[in-house]
Amino acid sequence: MTELLVPPIPPLVADAPAPVRAPGWYRFGAPAWLIVLAGLCAAVAAIPLVYLVVRTTEAGGTELLDTLVRPRVLQLTLNTALLAAGVTMSSLVLGTTCAWILTRIRLPFQSTLLLVSALPLAVPSYLAAYGWLVWFPSLNGFGASWFVMTMVCTPYVTLPVAAALRGASGDLESVARTLGRGPLRAFAAATWPQIRPAAIAGALLVCLYTLSDFGLVSMLRFQTLTWGINAAYGASFDRNQAALLALVLVVLALVVVAGERRSRRQVGSVPGRSTMPASAPGKAGFIYVAVLLAAPLAGVVVPVVGLLSRLLEAETLRAIDVPRLVEAVGATLGLALAAAVVAVLVALPIAALAARYRGRLVAVIEAVGFLGHALPGIVVGLSLVFFALAAVPMFYQTSVVLVFAYVVLFMPRAIGSVRSGIAAVPASLGDVSRMLGLSPFQAWWRVTARLALPGIAIGALLVAISAMKELPATLLLRPTGVSTLATELWSRTALFEFGAAAPYAAALVLVAMVPAVLLSGIRGTAKEN
Amino acid sequence: MRIPLSVAALLAGATVLALAGCTQSAETTQSTEAAGDGAFTLYSGRSETLVQPLIDQFEEQSGITVEVRYGNTAELGALLLEEGDATPAQVFLSQDAGALGALANAGLFATLPAATTDKVPAGFTSTDDTWVGVTGRARVIAYDSEALQAADVPSSVDAFTDPAWAGKFGIAPTNASFQAFVTAYRVLNGEDAADAWVEAVAANDPVIFDNNRGILAAVNDGIIEAGLINHYYWFAQAAETGEANMRAQLSYPAAGDAGSIVNVTGAGLLAGATTDADALEFIDYLVGAEAQQYFVDETYEYPLVAGIDAPAGLPTLDSLVNPDLDLADLDTLEDTQALLGRHGLI
Repeated sequence: MTELLVPPIPPLVADAPAPVRAPGWYRFGAPAWLIVLAGLCAAVAAIPLVYLVVRTTEAGGTELLDTLVRPRVLQLTLNTALLAAGVTMSSLVLGTTCAWILTRIRLPFQSTLLLVSALPLAVPSYLAAYGWLVWFPSLNGFGASWFVMTMVCTPYVTLPVAAALRGASGDLESVARTLGRGPLRAFAAATWPQIRPAAIAGALLVCLYTLSDFGLVSMLRFQTLTWGINAAYGASFDRNQAALLALVLVVLALVVVAGERRSRRQVGSVPGRSTMPASAPGKAGFIYVAVLLAAPLAGVVVPVVGLLSRLLEAETLRAIDVPRLVEAVGATLGLALAAAVVAVLVALPIAALAARYRGRLVAVIEAVGFLGHALPGIVVGLSLVFFALAAVPMFYQTSVVLVFAYVVLFMPRAIGSVRSGIAAVPASLGDVSRMLGLSPFQAWWRVTARLALPGIAIGALLVAISAMKELPATLLLRPTGVSTLATELWSRTALFEFGAAAPYAAALVLVAMVPAVLLSGIRGTAKEN
Repeated sequence: MRIPLSVAALLAGATVLALAGCTQSAETTQSTEAAGDGAFTLYSGRSETLVQPLIDQFEEQSGITVEVRYGNTAELGALLLEEGDATPAQVFLSQDAGALGALANAGLFATLPAATTDKVPAGFTSTDDTWVGVTGRARVIAYDSEALQAADVPSSVDAFTDPAWAGKFGIAPTNASFQAFVTAYRVLNGEDAADAWVEAVAANDPVIFDNNRGILAAVNDGIIEAGLINHYYWFAQAAETGEANMRAQLSYPAAGDAGSIVNVTGAGLLAGATTDADALEFIDYLVGAEAQQYFVDETYEYPLVAGIDAPAGLPTLDSLVNPDLDLADLDTLEDTQALLGRHGLI
């Protein structure tokens, strides 16, 4: 890889070590305009935070303290933390294993297997829980929540790690093998450091998603902070207490984001041109396929078949109201598309900043951008009601605010992938193109953006899928009379009308599968191209 | 896979069009103003499949257009509290009285005309005419008919403090109707007895659910042997899967027992719509004979106005005592929640 073209100036003080910089980082601080732009974009995600602080300060200090030290709140916090930690660990392990199998083992129907492993993305967590309850009605508690959540979240780790593995250089691992290390230790020593950023970024998304989820834990009767928040809104109409519990969630999220940033070190490109060859499966082929299919089976097949079986008992399967279904599909697609585009645009400055520059300000901006993902949809929805009525009342209850809510909620999904995409493009390429006469914008547009496009596309598709499945914020903010597949599904299952709900559930999973399939098709990072 | 930048530009263009389209349709629906102009906006915490046919009937008869926003009562309540005076809604149809009380307490409701509120007897409606009760739902015990005979089912909620029931019954302590029932217990039997009951139940290993539907589903699947729910859910489930297939059956607690109270659904007029004739007409319609009969036929809920018979097979409303209980009294509700919180149930 080309190093900086300007030869380094020898340090004036002999014993001051030259700082080690991987080729991706710029030597200088970030330009002010980028910081301001990224700060504004991060401010978008901070709107719920402002709302929470406003509501919390409305409650008195003693009330706050009383709430915080109640044993029940401590229990809820512990439950939430345990579930998030457990699901993140298991998704990390399972996702990395699946990604390794997909890239390093030569299995038949490679691309189909990749596609199948991405399918759990299309199933909302509440639908997965519901489907499992059809087969095992007594399923409940921590174990059940851990299991179902892991199955649904694994693709968030599998896909980025598979992409990273494809671009990772295999030379070091081969060398480690020749030096006598076993396959696992060689992998850990040589390849894991290269894919770790991708794996940890995926794990972060899994963690934040688990923190914010309510549908699954409510059905599986595992009481977490989101349960407490919903109870506060629904029974006591105590928005202040709900806001306080939501702030606890935000604190947990900040801890996690800080941990991720600390563990993410920019990995310099490892010299070497070849990737590891895929090896034949041998006798263990079935085991590999079984591991790969575990998440799709548990996350997609079981719930969908469960819903279909309920359909057979149902009396409300009347003729499907096709115009209404089509309208809901159209609204879902339109909103998801808009959310994806706007989320990527808003995430770009933050990602560009975080990919190239270091510093505390950059860390803060990035952390704030991730906060929206840790909050349950009802909190983000209400905060945007508050904000829209205060700032832009003409847009209240229009799709503009709804798309905005999706951006706040799902921007972290875009930030992570766009950042990885940009970070994988060596900064020196931009330098070279500037030297060859392109203006800064042209250099960025034609070189960096084009090479980072897979990462940007992944971010957009992840946001689109999440927007399609989203429920509580949609219910609060949609224009009156507009419904998405998720809201239609909800309004029917609220009254046991599973027969009437089934077409909408099927349509939701099918529609969400489209971006999931596209996601699995995006191969390669900048290096492959 | 390389995505040509032209495709990206197309996507951006499509987004703009989609946004414009959605905003357009929203703008046309936002042209409703207040004051008898032939249209109004309703926030309904009751589900669409239930309520839309009734609204369609109303629209046909009166010629008034109703823009309905469907949602969860709790979330719509939170939404209305958040919107405050800037709400686009004129009427709120709620699934429970707690939400109505919260909104009345926040001063968001206008006083309804006496002609409307007098139709509903006291105990099933607001004490200060800020909202009116529309239908009633009895608290019942759902039991597993394969595990219990009808005669074995307790006739009083006090039975659930017995260790024989440990781990076999379900409650939804965060649910508004359960909390209304506990409030009734406090009023009927006194604070000390209520405290003792909650403590004993909490120590008796109850299975905790988020809502009544979950309890009914668990009883129907045999996970628990009994649960405290509202009668209406059983009928909704039976309509879907067939009455003959219902493993769960209903048992009504003895008259006078706190477990037999009636929760009400109701409607309120938002403060900004005091002069909206259309909204007032709709609320009046809800407590009129036609709408009340609709609820009896479609949802098996109790009608609250005189002259309409309760659904067949249910005990009459008179036999279900609603003690001196203001269902919407939020201070009492807060005390109930404190009580439940003290014993770790919420």
